[in-house]
Amino acid sequence: MHAVVGENGAGKSTLMKILYGMQHPDEGVIRVGGKPVTFRSPADAIAAGIGMVHQHFMLADNLTVLENIILGSEPRRGLGIDFGGARRKIKEISDAYGLGVSPDTLVEDLGVGARQRVEILKVLYRGARILILDEPTAVLVPQEVDELFDNLRGLVREGLTIIFISHKLDEVLSVADAITVIRRGTTVASVLPRDVTARQLAELMVGSELPSPETRESTVTEQVALSVRGLTVRGADGRAVVRDVSFDIHKGEVLGIAGVEGNGQAELVEAIMGMRPAEGAVTLGGADISHWPTLRRREGGIGYIPEDRQRHGLLLNSPLWENRILGHQTRRPNVRGPWIDRAGARADTQRIVDAYDVRTPGIDVDAAALSGGNQQKLVVGREMSGDPVVLIASHPTRGVDVGAQAAIWDHLRAARAAGLAVLLISADLDELIGLSDSLKVLLRGQVVADVDPAGVTPELLGSAMTGAGGHDNAPAVPGGGGTVAAGGRGDDPVDPDKPADPSAPGRAGETPAGEGA
Amino acid sequence: MTAVAEAAAPPAAPSPARRFRLGWRAALLGVLALLVMMSVARVVTGANDITSAGTIGAAVGLAVPIGLAALGGLWSERAGVVNIGLEGMMILGTWCGAWGALTFGTPWAGVVAGALGGALGGLLHAVVTVTFGVDHIISGVAINILGLGVTQYLSKLVFTDMDGGGETQSPRIPSIGNVGIPGIGDGLQSLERTHTFLVADLAGVLRGITQNVSLFTLLAILLVPLSFYVLWRTPFGLRLRSCGERPVAAESLGVNVYYYKYLAVLVSGALAGLGGAFLSIVASGIYREGQTGGRGFIGLAAMIFGNWRPGGLAGGSLLFGYTDALQLRQGGTSVHALLLVVAMLLAAFAVYQLVRQGRGRAALISGVFAVAVFAVFMVTDTVAEQFTSFTPHLTTLLVLSLASQRLRMPAADGVPYRKGQAK
Amino acid sequence: MSSSFTDRLLGRVRLGGLLALAAPVLAIVFAALVTSIILVLTGNPPLHTLLLLVDYGSQPRTIVNIVNLATTYYISALAVAIGFRMNLFNIGVDGQYRLAALLAAAVGGALVLPPVLHVGVTVLVAVAVGGLWASIAGLLKVTRGVSEVISTIMLNAIATGFGAWLLTTDRLAVAVSGSNNIGTKPIPASGQFPGFAMIPGTQAKVFGFIVVAAVLGIAYHVLFNWTRFGFNLRATGASESAAVASGVNVKRMVLLTMIISGAVAGLVGMPQLLGASYSYSLDFPTGLGFTGIAIALLGRNNPAGIAVGALLWSYLDNSSDILDLEGIPKETVIIMQGTIVLSVIIAYELVHRYRMSAEQRRVSRQLSAGTGAPAEGAVA
Repeated sequence: MHAVVGENGAGKSTLMKILYGMQHPDEGVIRVGGKPVTFRSPADAIAAGIGMVHQHFMLADNLTVLENIILGSEPRRGLGIDFGGARRKIKEISDAYGLGVSPDTLVEDLGVGARQRVEILKVLYRGARILILDEPTAVLVPQEVDELFDNLRGLVREGLTIIFISHKLDEVLSVADAITVIRRGTTVASVLPRDVTARQLAELMVGSELPSPETRESTVTEQVALSVRGLTVRGADGRAVVRDVSFDIHKGEVLGIAGVEGNGQAELVEAIMGMRPAEGAVTLGGADISHWPTLRRREGGIGYIPEDRQRHGLLLNSPLWENRILGHQTRRPNVRGPWIDRAGARADTQRIVDAYDVRTPGIDVDAAALSGGNQQKLVVGREMSGDPVVLIASHPTRGVDVGAQAAIWDHLRAARAAGLAVLLISADLDELIGLSDSLKVLLRGQVVADVDPAGVTPELLGSAMTGAGGHDNAPAVPGGGGTVAAGGRGDDPVDPDKPADPSAPGRAGETPAGEGA
Repeated sequence: MTAVAEAAAPPAAPSPARRFRLGWRAALLGVLALLVMMSVARVVTGANDITSAGTIGAAVGLAVPIGLAALGGLWSERAGVVNIGLEGMMILGTWCGAWGALTFGTPWAGVVAGALGGALGGLLHAVVTVTFGVDHIISGVAINILGLGVTQYLSKLVFTDMDGGGETQSPRIPSIGNVGIPGIGDGLQSLERTHTFLVADLAGVLRGITQNVSLFTLLAILLVPLSFYVLWRTPFGLRLRSCGERPVAAESLGVNVYYYKYLAVLVSGALAGLGGAFLSIVASGIYREGQTGGRGFIGLAAMIFGNWRPGGLAGGSLLFGYTDALQLRQGGTSVHALLLVVAMLLAAFAVYQLVRQGRGRAALISGVFAVAVFAVFMVTDTVAEQFTSFTPHLTTLLVLSLASQRLRMPAADGVPYRKGQAK
Repeated sequence: MSSSFTDRLLGRVRLGGLLALAAPVLAIVFAALVTSIILVLTGNPPLHTLLLLVDYGSQPRTIVNIVNLATTYYISALAVAIGFRMNLFNIGVDGQYRLAALLAAAVGGALVLPPVLHVGVTVLVAVAVGGLWASIAGLLKVTRGVSEVISTIMLNAIATGFGAWLLTTDRLAVAVSGSNNIGTKPIPASGQFPGFAMIPGTQAKVFGFIVVAAVLGIAYHVLFNWTRFGFNLRATGASESAAVASGVNVKRMVLLTMIISGAVAGLVGMPQLLGASYSYSLDFPTGLGFTGIAIALLGRNNPAGIAVGALLWSYLDNSSDILDLEGIPKETVIIMQGTIVLSVIIAYELVHRYRMSAEQRRVSRQLSAGTGAPAEGAVA
């Protein structure tokens, strides 16, 4: 099992796409089993025994598992598909590796872990001997990660080769037999897991000392800026995805929300922003805003850095100055009454570009033309410019380069010192611990623990997030009860003997700028 | 016939509430129940035409072009290309059908020519949408304009000089033979004349679908199960559908998405063209400008009504063809009688909702609707013919607004796709 | 950077503007080429045909007809473009304007009012009917999630049937004297919109409604570029998810846009009704909504572009009348129009792709020229 690690945008995914024939190399040779090969399309790669499990699953929801698996290499009987044969073969493989896949379910009825097993089965079905897994754990909850690694170890025992792409260094160190580190498109190191620590590996990836997100002295005041009481959000099927969440954020305080992705963070944020119906009370500076529409909440002083800036934060095909107006359509200097104030908006866009160091040739270029980090700096600058009382920052440094990350941290710290209340959601544990004044852990939509960031390590926080240490299925006390009891880390099967440091740049989800266009 | 295969295939149906499929027994029972209701309506109102052999025969005939257009829509949209250019392709089919039949002296040459003409329109749609990635709706609108212009131009050029032809219409086209099951026609007819409850209706329906059926109609009917088989039971069809559900997934498995999209849109055009050719060759016997009368759009509606499935769209086409046919046969009285059927259907639906699903509020709404329709039936004597002309459209709107949550279009339908966008 | 106008001129307009102009020009040339080939194949000399079109099209009387028809097309295209701006396909302009014109004609013919007020009431009825009819599609989309493409197509057919039912002698129609045509009661002089004889060399009058069309064009421009509402509308069209996050009530926008589009569509029949026919009869022009779609595409939803597109379309329509007299099918121009639309949308798409990648390259080039290491040099 060979791991390829690197920062976002280091070229891991491009490399894998070349190996799988989805892109073409300009130079260089690929050898499979010693023989040089050239792939013109994924079909060639498949024929050479290479299979790929994509980070974003390549499955059609409205087709059955069987249809998804056999697509492209269907067994035939006469003119038609040999459904019986396919079903038998899938059962066989599924049983042999303990994947537990049932062929006739619709994919849309499957959970994330099951979908990933379908992806793996898809690759095995094609007789692949080399498996490429692109960020396979990014979307999994810890139990599923364990299952996945068990499955993978089984495959390796059967003689298969696995190439494993990740930037979660503790995982890499625990499962890989060899590690290649790449940075800006070139190999910077090939190491064995027993020779390096996570910290060394991270520095190899980044190529310099890691920036630290630490905040110095506390600026927390007594004034409550945002108060949430008993917030419950229901999904489309009526099930609560956020259940009875309560907290206060004071002026000058950063409240961090920790949690494995998909445990209700996105829904919580959208409920506070009024983008999603919710039960419970939200008060902003004493005023009950539970029934306010999104616009009024924004006018009331809530700034919002969305999780997915390309979808929720920007108009990619509009110039920067129009993006400055977005979300601030009712406020000066963008508008006067019902009229757009172009001059005002443009001047203020220029101010943001200068103050937040947005690298752009001008404010008339489309947002899509900027890199991810610069897009994010524009969004941060915009949300800070409305004199917000509360800032909701959802993964504020996701998918941005190290420089922009440090800059964004600086801005958050400065705003906090100036009395801003910040709700910080992040998957980057160092960021959470470093920036937050207090931390809450969200698990399956519930607050399961209150954590003091001064006395917690990423490891402790990580196990609280997974519900380890007896919290697994316990319906935690609403509002959190005291500090976290996060013992029992030793028997965590993810990394049995490595006291791994889950690495500062631990961000999931690469979204290179401009690709949405 | 497709319902049989569909019901047999997936043994696991995890959440039947969301997916809407009928087993063949249920379908047969439904048809029978419908027949009983219509029989009741006929006896009550005396509108004998609503189940007469003439009406049923006409309904089948009128359903064919709609159904062919709908099949065309199915092929294209299953591959992820929205095709509102069906109307334009159909227009091409009417002209090419007439031209082919006249030029080569046999209607079957017209059938082939019509399919080719429609396919040409499909090719254009494919080039614009698949290769150039232009919005599918826009391309479809443009093709509708172009189809009309091209045929008008060609008619002037070609049909004006023909004996009996003119600027906007062609000479008489050689006709396609009819077939029927011999020996039962007369018996059924005399049964029908008795106007006995249910018996006469059954006889009328049977006579309508077994006597004097055009060979072209048979061909069109066969295309429905054929499309089902190809799209749902062959590797080709699976790949084609995967392009409409998740093209990046298909691409990652080495499926050439452009190739399947092209083929799908080509077939789609050919089917719409066949629908057009049916209109000119079988339905009227001549080409006339404006002959399609928006049937391409109705076909699209039938496809949506049928939830993007062959069996469903066949049902939708029959329904729309039937309302069309009623207009020709004492439209006002017949449609008026049909109101009673609708009221009964709604009432039955309300009972179903209440008893089987336990949805009291929904049942109440259906019930109120049933009473309202019944009230309209009681206070009026006839329905204006202008209203019957848009029955299919109104039905589609109602179905869409009442059941849009149950409908399931292909996930990537209408989404422009470019090679290598997989990430 | 403060010189925003020159910046626009050099930065945006150079890339976008010239290319955006090049696209339709190329497309028209391509369409002319296709038409020429068709003409040659059918034995007509293309150059001669073109000269015929130019010659006939430049006669004063034809010019009046061109301007008049273009006025109608312009309004129709604006109605479509309003929807396009937020990714709403109002295919239903056709039904909306026909129903609106019919009811407005009926009201206008039945009323006795002082001159200006009479016209005002008639127009108001048209606007209201168009908006109401379009609001059905809007409501269905907002409350039931029905695609407006399908619902407006269906509503067109329903409008046709409903209109036919209304336009019978039992209801709104009277027999038109001297023919077997029927139509609404003619609108008296007080309800007519006077035209002006502004083209020298002919007594034929240009529709007075052209003023309204021009005002609509300006209002459209102001609405989209200078108002908050227009910004919200464009934002919703550009990215619905971003608009929601920015506080736009998308459902409300959809409904409003549909109603505004329908209200403008209601005006489509007015130039003809108030300036020429004064009555809605069986031969009232149909299909204008689809022409509007084509012209909105040609003009890229830009009011000036739409004006050019409407004039071009109307020019082809009117000057084609001469072709039949010369033994060339006048439908040649329909083929030309269809080809223009298809090639223009393809050209725009290609230009758009080119522009996107060019701009990205330009940005990265300028940045790497400006700073040494763009990836890491950003630490403040």
